[in-house]
Amino acid sequence: MREAATASTIRYKRSGRRFAAIRFKQVTANNLFLLAAAVIILFIAACAVVPSFIAPYSPTEMLTDSIMQPPSAAHPFGTDYFGRDIFSVVVYGSRDSLFIGFASVLVGGLAGGAIGALSGYAGGWIDAVLMRFNDILMTIPGILLALAIAGALGKSLFNIVLAVAVASIPGYARIMRSQIMSIKGRTFILASQAAGASPLHIFWKHVLPNSLSPLLVMATIGIGTSILTGSGLSFLGLGVLKEVPDWGTLLSQGRGYLTVAWWICTFPGLAITMFVLSVNMIGDRLRDQLDPKKSAR
Amino acid sequence: MFIAQRILSSLLVIAGSLVLVFAILYVLPGDPTDNMIDPSVATAEQIASLKQQLGVDQPFYIQFTRYINDMVRGDFGSSLLNSEPVLDKILEHFPATLALTAASALVSVTIGLVLGVLSAIHRNGPIDFIARLVGLFGISMPTFWSGILLIVLFSLQLGWFPAMGSDGWKTIVLPALTLGIVGAGFIVRMVRSSMLDIIDEHFMLTLRSKGLSERAVMYKHALRNALIPAVTMIGMLIGEMLAGTVVIETVFSRQGIGRIIGDALMAKDLPVVQGVIFFTAVIYVLVNLLVDLSYSVIDPRVRRSA
Repeated sequence: MREAATASTIRYKRSGRRFAAIRFKQVTANNLFLLAAAVIILFIAACAVVPSFIAPYSPTEMLTDSIMQPPSAAHPFGTDYFGRDIFSVVVYGSRDSLFIGFASVLVGGLAGGAIGALSGYAGGWIDAVLMRFNDILMTIPGILLALAIAGALGKSLFNIVLAVAVASIPGYARIMRSQIMSIKGRTFILASQAAGASPLHIFWKHVLPNSLSPLLVMATIGIGTSILTGSGLSFLGLGVLKEVPDWGTLLSQGRGYLTVAWWICTFPGLAITMFVLSVNMIGDRLRDQLDPKKSAR
Repeated sequence: MFIAQRILSSLLVIAGSLVLVFAILYVLPGDPTDNMIDPSVATAEQIASLKQQLGVDQPFYIQFTRYINDMVRGDFGSSLLNSEPVLDKILEHFPATLALTAASALVSVTIGLVLGVLSAIHRNGPIDFIARLVGLFGISMPTFWSGILLIVLFSLQLGWFPAMGSDGWKTIVLPALTLGIVGAGFIVRMVRSSMLDIIDEHFMLTLRSKGLSERAVMYKHALRNALIPAVTMIGMLIGEMLAGTVVIETVFSRQGIGRIIGDALMAKDLPVVQGVIFFTAVIYVLVNLLVDLSYSVIDPRVRRSA
């Protein structure tokens, strides 16, 4: 078996050597970008977990002799009006920003996935009711829904997570429902029914495990979207006022000094962009893996 | 028949969102009087009389029927801060937001379609690389950041466009670019991927073997087929852009309904928040209705199946 595979690979390479060479170059370049994305995600995750090992200063330490300094070797991201080292604030701020991203995907993905699974598997009036509700939820754009919920609930990290999570539910519900429905109609499910398995058994053992991949891919990309929405809420002033601001709040605070200190706004935004970009690249690759037609691109 | 069905379901969804908007704000803790008067100064009777005046002391079903009754008749209530009718306020500021949304949509569709089509035709070439970069950055940058970068570059450094305000065409360029890049990112990715799907289809081979020029194959057949998912996406994007103006209008200090809802949320001015959200939902539903109806023009299969 193994020998046969090798033989066919060699034949393939011979017949299309030039083609293979181009493909190889393409694949390596793509992999390099993916590797960079993974390194960025790991680094920022490390910032969130052990900030004290990475940040050169404490995020609350006010260096009175270096206020509003532009980026330099001592302060790579510059310092702000209080003389805080922006790099250190960004490193510590990653904790809340990432927490919002991951927690809201967990909550929204579980809730949306459960609604979609119930809707798709049960069918009938349950499906009709849940999906009409989903349609209605979808008419209010995500950021507005999150804004209304967070605004009404008041400023807290938990409320932002809840707001972002609720706004993401319809998307997860829809993708889960369609996947469950397509698996439900497959022959092996029919075979299981014929063998006398209970509907609950079929759902847990066969339908659900086979339906999870699209939801997981969407959740990966959802981490990026959630961080964007969450930091948007913080930027608009719905964030939590703490000693160590999250990225959105820090950026919003820096806006007042835009004419004199561009670096206060620039670096927290760069951190958001680099993280979301990396997550999206990984998500894209995961999605392509699921779709064999696209994997060659 | 298809059209009537779509209009009916749109009406149902609008009715549903009316209920949803009320529900979100009703079930949430606190009522508007909390922010209007200071309990340490006002007497219990004053608070009670204000609650009665606003109707928030009534049970759920009475508040709800009153709210539905008013909204259906086009009465969105009035602002708790200055008693200005909410609908007047929305209609006064909507043109500015509409102009921004339209300009952003124009930027998105132009950049998105051109780059998306060219990148699919020249797969793996330099244009494709640029297009993928635009796509990835477009969907990954927070608008409040890209907007600020544009202000730093084009207003503070170069002085080409004003950093704030909403008077004159020059003030709309940077905000429209900021919001448009996000949409362009989504459209580039969508068009590229659906073009690539179409290019691999067998009917493309048939067209070529008939002797059609490459240009006709690509622009007449591939593009037309690839446009269908793109149009759906543009419809959804317009809703998102309308909502995205909340952030953009704050960044660029522009007038508009996005700014109104941002300010109203800070002040807990619930009737204004309800009004703007419902208004946006109605527009969103209408845009998507138009998009669905436009399918029958682009794609004859939809017309026939319905």
